[in-house]
Amino acid sequence: MEQVGAPRAQAPGRASSARSDSPTVQSSAVAVDHLTKRFGDRVAFEDVSFRVGHGEVFGFLGPNGAGKTTTVRTLGTLLAPTSGAATVAGIELRPENGPAIRSRISIMPESPGLYLRLTVAENLECFARLYRLADRRERIERALRAVNLTDRANDLCRSLSKGLRQRTALARALLNDPAVLFLDEPTSGLDPVATREVHELIAALKERGVTIFLTTHRLEEAERLCDRVAILNTTMRLVGRPDELRARLFKSSLEVRLRSELTGAAAALGGVPGIEGWEAQPPSSYLLNVSDPDAVAPDVARALVHAGADICSMTETRHSLEDVYLELVDEDVEARRR
Amino acid sequence: MSFSWARVAAIFEKELRDYRRNRFVVIFTMSVLPLIFVAVPIVSLFSIKVSVTNAKLETSIGRSLLYLLILPAIIPSVLSAYSVVGEREQGTLEPLLTTPIHSEEFLIGKALAAFLPAVAVAYAIFGIFLGAAAAFAHPAVVSAVFERNHLLTQLLFTPLLAGWSIWVGIAVSTRVSDLRAAQQLSVFASLPPVAIVALFSFNVITPSLGLALGLATALLAIDGLAWRVVAAMFDREQLVSGTRS
Repeated sequence: MEQVGAPRAQAPGRASSARSDSPTVQSSAVAVDHLTKRFGDRVAFEDVSFRVGHGEVFGFLGPNGAGKTTTVRTLGTLLAPTSGAATVAGIELRPENGPAIRSRISIMPESPGLYLRLTVAENLECFARLYRLADRRERIERALRAVNLTDRANDLCRSLSKGLRQRTALARALLNDPAVLFLDEPTSGLDPVATREVHELIAALKERGVTIFLTTHRLEEAERLCDRVAILNTTMRLVGRPDELRARLFKSSLEVRLRSELTGAAAALGGVPGIEGWEAQPPSSYLLNVSDPDAVAPDVARALVHAGADICSMTETRHSLEDVYLELVDEDVEARRR
Repeated sequence: MSFSWARVAAIFEKELRDYRRNRFVVIFTMSVLPLIFVAVPIVSLFSIKVSVTNAKLETSIGRSLLYLLILPAIIPSVLSAYSVVGEREQGTLEPLLTTPIHSEEFLIGKALAAFLPAVAVAYAIFGIFLGAAAAFAHPAVVSAVFERNHLLTQLLFTPLLAGWSIWVGIAVSTRVSDLRAAQQLSVFASLPPVAIVALFSFNVITPSLGLALGLATALLAIDGLAWRVVAAMFDREQLVSGTRS
């Protein structure tokens, strides 16, 4: 048995090797293969590959400048990729397919981008006409209902709070019933109440089966809303379900708190199968790296009681998505230093 | 996906709604500016002495009419300078470009929204000028003002000058990141064609129907060329990221 420092599992693979439960190209709302975007010598993102399934909420995480917004703009045909291939809403990403792709998706940028001298309804009317929607009135009413803004339809956008503007932008993005809805930092700059409202709206869209590509650096937001997440830092670092990423990056662990320090802890814990390493956390706690917490916990309890310890608590340590994210980003920072 | 006039109309109507609620456009561009540009020629017209020679009379009237022709150059240049940089400043350009709109639809919608109000105001101001002249000026002055060549110059060159100003304004607007700079540059760039018209107004070029039509055709061709150049300059990648694709 060895004492351990940071409870890390194997180093995460980069790019496409990190795919998990990845939809096939046929079943994908978005399929990206080795996509790269450079602005001259500057690399915005490089060799990025992933799939987003239909009806999935896919979180796209990364620090500032990681290339998240550029990826969204590229998939939204605002920017041309330097190399690689992608399919968005079933259409190949090529310059001549730009209008066709844009008619099947919606992008809500970080800033709501509303015409402030126009009313909420006039803003939506303009965009409904740009999408050439036949049943405009009905669509606008439906979009306003979806974001609970029906009673503010005739208000000028400049009179709305930031949260209401964000909801209006979301209504605008829903007008064309998009096959893929790209949300770029939808809660950026919002207060907690407005943030919660937007989260509820996204959850409601998820219930309706809308495919959502959510760009964010709010990790609790991603953890709460997303089926899978990708962590981008110019290159793709990891893709998977949040719990899967945790398991891939961190070993399972049990935290045991005793009434007092146990002399001979090494002897007591050394005989328990399934413990791969442990460290004492003064004054009287122990962090055990285990392969299967549920299987090992009873044996640990028995061994400690047999050794004369009084167990106050035993809990499985859960690493948050934030831990995963910080681990990867720190790793990149260290790699750059080297 | 083909060109759609419905999308052009969507941009056009959105622009007009926006103008209507924009105090700078309503009060300054569409009201104060035209009033200044009609007041000065009318005062100038009434100050013409009956005893002046024909040449001096022509020069005075030419100056007044030239003043009126600056209006269809300036109003659309102010409006069109706002077309792209204004969208960018209020953060609406990116949402707009993520719709299926074609560059040509966007540009024509923007151009029409600047062209129609500007030409309407310029013709209305010219009408006020003619009305004031007919009602209050000396018959000799009236007769000179209503001369066929003067009327033709005004009617023909008003939309053509507006067209030039619009494409110059939009071109500037796609390249400049500050609204005020865009407006100043586009007003400045809209004036050179007025100089040609000035040659007519001051009888430096002897006006004739053929020459007027020839110059108008040339200006029309320049307007068409300017539209092609502006359409080519409209690069989504450059507008969104500041870097050409």
